[in-house]
Amino acid sequence: MLFVRDVVYRHSDSFALEHINLEIREGEITSIIGPNGSGKSTLLRIVARLLQPLEGTVILDGRQLKSWGQKELAQTMTMLPQLTNHLLDITVSELVELGRYPYQRWATNLSQEDQRVIEWALNVTNLTSYANRFLPSLSGGERQRAWIAMAIAQCPKLLLLDEPTNHLDIVHQLEVMELVRQLNKQWGVTVVMVLHDINQAAQYSDRMIVVKQGRIVYEGAPQQVMCGEMFREVFGIDVHIVYDEDHQPFFFPKRRRDAAAAKQSHSSTVGSVIHGVM
Amino acid sequence: MDRQVMAVGAKRHPYYRRRVLTLMVLLVFLFSVFVYSIITGSVKLSLVQVWDCLIERKHTPNETIVWDLRLPRTIVGMIVGMCLAVAGTIMQGVMRNPLADPGIIGVSSGAALMAVTITIVFPEHLAVLPIAAFVGGFITAMIVYALSWQAKGTSIGRIVLVGVAINAVVGATMSAIMLLYSDRVEAVLPWMTGVISGATMEQAKLLLMYGVPGLLLSLLAIKPIRLLRLGDDMAKLLGHHVEWSRFFLIVVSALLTGIAVSVSGMVGFIGLVIPHIVRMIVGDDERVVLPFSALAGGAFLVLADTLARSWFDPVELPVGLVLSFLGGPFFLYILYKRGGLGAFRS
Repeated sequence: MLFVRDVVYRHSDSFALEHINLEIREGEITSIIGPNGSGKSTLLRIVARLLQPLEGTVILDGRQLKSWGQKELAQTMTMLPQLTNHLLDITVSELVELGRYPYQRWATNLSQEDQRVIEWALNVTNLTSYANRFLPSLSGGERQRAWIAMAIAQCPKLLLLDEPTNHLDIVHQLEVMELVRQLNKQWGVTVVMVLHDINQAAQYSDRMIVVKQGRIVYEGAPQQVMCGEMFREVFGIDVHIVYDEDHQPFFFPKRRRDAAAAKQSHSSTVGSVIHGVM
Repeated sequence: MDRQVMAVGAKRHPYYRRRVLTLMVLLVFLFSVFVYSIITGSVKLSLVQVWDCLIERKHTPNETIVWDLRLPRTIVGMIVGMCLAVAGTIMQGVMRNPLADPGIIGVSSGAALMAVTITIVFPEHLAVLPIAAFVGGFITAMIVYALSWQAKGTSIGRIVLVGVAINAVVGATMSAIMLLYSDRVEAVLPWMTGVISGATMEQAKLLLMYGVPGLLLSLLAIKPIRLLRLGDDMAKLLGHHVEWSRFFLIVVSALLTGIAVSVSGMVGFIGLVIPHIVRMIVGDDERVVLPFSALAGGAFLVLADTLARSWFDPVELPVGLVLSFLGGPFFLYILYKRGGLGAFRS
């Protein structure tokens, strides 16, 4: 469905994506993980065409991303940025209505098709009874679901999510992840998301992509990617890997007995390592 | 509380009733202010006398007062107020900044600079003042926009910063001119605080010709503002041409401000405060805020002008002064009562 070919992007001397190649397969959930500053969000923004790569191309449905029209692209692919304007004083249904913008011409009135999709989006995200609530009056999880409702009102085939569970408590995190799975399984939306929580990524994705310092270093099913070697190489930590009854891998970090020694040898990476795991 | 009770299951927007009510109040207010403005002045007229002049077209001595003095002035005030309030609504939407008003992109100062230059340095060309003021404002706005352009586009932060810098330069130039020609400064002083006295029927007609299309054009700004308020990224992801639409909005805002400033001078306050007051009452939806601001801005300016010329008779105060006196406390009252600046709560 989507290919990234030899993409190079440089933001500053210290940060660059170098020759990224990857494929997003239709119908899958793909997670991108990696330490802070590794370039995972940047990669997602390039795929969403919010950033232009220096070299290389992104190909969506067999066509170069550059050649897509704005609205046409918005009907096929959308992204939920990490930070949304949470003070926006509009109601949930007004927000979701804006998701139909790519399908509207000059007329401001919603077509029956628009109405139907809006109702569907509210229904899927479990927000029907919140339709007339104002965004600032919602909890963090409800608000995130409202933004997701807006995104899926665009009827995208490909949905990109940048840390959708950030700043949510555990219940709301689960809610959002279950919603993502439902969108994928029941409605056939292909999902690519950047996640901080590696266990969550392993549990909910078909494929994981591990980015370190602007390069893709591991790629594959969670069972392949979640290994001690990967954690040592990418995050610089030792972990235990366990499997649940469905053979989904989980990790938990080993206590650092040699913390003092590690501090000396890894002093530059320790900060980001700990952050990366949290 | 009432938000929640209303919300569950209700099909209508929770503010629906409040909005309808506000619209009715505004229409009545606008009409009453219009009538009040026509009957008030050094010669008090009765409603019957006004009716005779306006509708029956009887040739009474009052005809000149109504047709040549008060009616043009009322029309000018109304259009100027509408233009400024709408321009302010658009600017606050584009800049996502509660303190944004048309002044921020240099329209007002550019227009003022041209007007001051013409009035003081080339008084013999006074006839071109409205056009010159409009051109000055427009060019300044374009300079600010062009200078805030970076490789891939503009950002709001940059526009505001560049605007501050350009405003400083323009303001200094203006002060320099006023000091260098200090013997002629008298002529521009009223203009600096905003005046709509001495409006003629010709001016009113001209203003209707420019102002009404400008105001209609601003209706096209509603949708772009609503999208831009989601954030630049989100608007792009919805398939909106962010750069184009921001440019369009700034042009419309500059146009409206230019029209207003060229006739009335630096009438401040309306563009900044009216949209906020409206927003605090009817909620944060440009589909409502923009037209309501137009009504409120027009009515408010005419009211202020009427008070300015009647209360201190025979002295006539500049309307800008009265606006600030009336609007400041009212704004504070709303601010305390409603406890925030809507979308701009921090």
